[in-house]
Amino acid sequence: MNFLGYKRPDGRIGIRNHVLILPTSVCASDTTRIISQQVKGTVTFNNQNGCSQVASDQQFTMDVMAGFAANPNIYGIVVVSLGCENCQMDLVVEAIKQRTNKPLQTVIIQEAGGTLKAIDLAARYAKEMVLQAGKILREECDISNLIVGTECGGSDPTSGLAANPVVGKLSDILVDLGGTSILSETTEFIGAEHLLAERGKNETVKNRILEIVHRYEKALQLVGEEVREGNPSPGNKAGGITTLEEKSLGCIHKGGHRMISAVYDYAKQIEERGLVIMDTPGNDPSSVAAMVAGGAQIIVFTTGQGTPSGNPIAPVIKLTGNKETYANMIDNIDFDASPLIYGNKTIDQLSHELLEITVDTANGKMTKAESLGYMEIGIARVCNYV
Amino acid sequence: MKNGIIVDPLDNVGVAIENIKKGEDIVYLDEAQKTIRLKAADNIPIYHKFATCDINMNAPIVKYAQHIGLAAIAISQGQHVHVHNVKSVRENLG
Repeated sequence: MNFLGYKRPDGRIGIRNHVLILPTSVCASDTTRIISQQVKGTVTFNNQNGCSQVASDQQFTMDVMAGFAANPNIYGIVVVSLGCENCQMDLVVEAIKQRTNKPLQTVIIQEAGGTLKAIDLAARYAKEMVLQAGKILREECDISNLIVGTECGGSDPTSGLAANPVVGKLSDILVDLGGTSILSETTEFIGAEHLLAERGKNETVKNRILEIVHRYEKALQLVGEEVREGNPSPGNKAGGITTLEEKSLGCIHKGGHRMISAVYDYAKQIEERGLVIMDTPGNDPSSVAAMVAGGAQIIVFTTGQGTPSGNPIAPVIKLTGNKETYANMIDNIDFDASPLIYGNKTIDQLSHELLEITVDTANGKMTKAESLGYMEIGIARVCNYV
Repeated sequence: MKNGIIVDPLDNVGVAIENIKKGEDIVYLDEAQKTIRLKAADNIPIYHKFATCDINMNAPIVKYAQHIGLAAIAISQGQHVHVHNVKSVRENLG
């Protein structure tokens, strides 16, 4: 099975051809927004971090920035910094160069002489890159080049009954075709981590799965917090989810049934193929950001209650198993998995329909989140989201 | 016409797939595709859980064939099962 993708100089395959205007800190974020508004074909995001952070937080931010830049959906990058932040331009450029050799330009606002001069310079670099990007044509690529991130948000019991099992089946199909699927959201393994650990490729992977879950719980307890305070969320409970264990068991259906071949730290580059885990919070924007930084070109996102969520770099396909949510949030949701609950369609039918949507999206069809311009992201911190 | 489902034969709770009013029949298929009828002892909102049998206080609530918590009080067949009568317990599984 093939899709039409963009071949990058680092050998990876993209499904979008954006130029990224990358803010290295919160102080550069408004500037990148203005630049991106001026040049069609660019994307940016609001980086709320990048300065005044402890080392481990700064590492998360650096990994997300470098990973976004290296994501194969990006043709080239214009990096914009204020100048005095902790995530210094040379550090960010070095981190990007360790992951990719694609076109890159830099602008430092304080050195350029303020906002208008920085915008002028960056917009010119961006426009030139967009023109170059336009020369790249899509080529036939094997589906094994796809890295699909899976996420759930606004879960209700239909997530565990329909949407997540359908995504799990899609994940199995992709893995069997040689592709890669990422299971994320460590906080939502709690109570079900033993079931995932049993599927680890070897002892190292098994132990690592248990370790990331227990470390997360301990880290929160260290600051006197309990993961259950935020989970299940009020929306989850209103929808019918009673306990975190119930949410977790529903959540891990997204990971299908294949062997788990590796566990990656937050936002690190995915190298293994097959089913892998990334250690992320359950918080949607920061979990999706980490998988996109890891190289996911596409996200498949299940929701029970409905969410507008998107991402600036990777298309986010949203599906629900809740027929009322599908009707109510039709502006935001791409696929209805509820026929699985009501017995009208089988999991095989639904997962193949979802595979078709995934390939269509890879070929260039916009998701609803893309068409609406959803771009929010989050970046995890040491005192983390849950 | 069914208005409920059970996920796994080991489960002691099912899930309403329509809004069910107190006193109405809950209708679902068991693992042998046999139709089961229970009287709803509470209003059960769509996608919320109901007890398929009596569950003793402190007994596990089982869904997806796994424990999702313990009964905080005795729960009768047909009752709504949710945060008001289930306690979340972190089991030592590691």
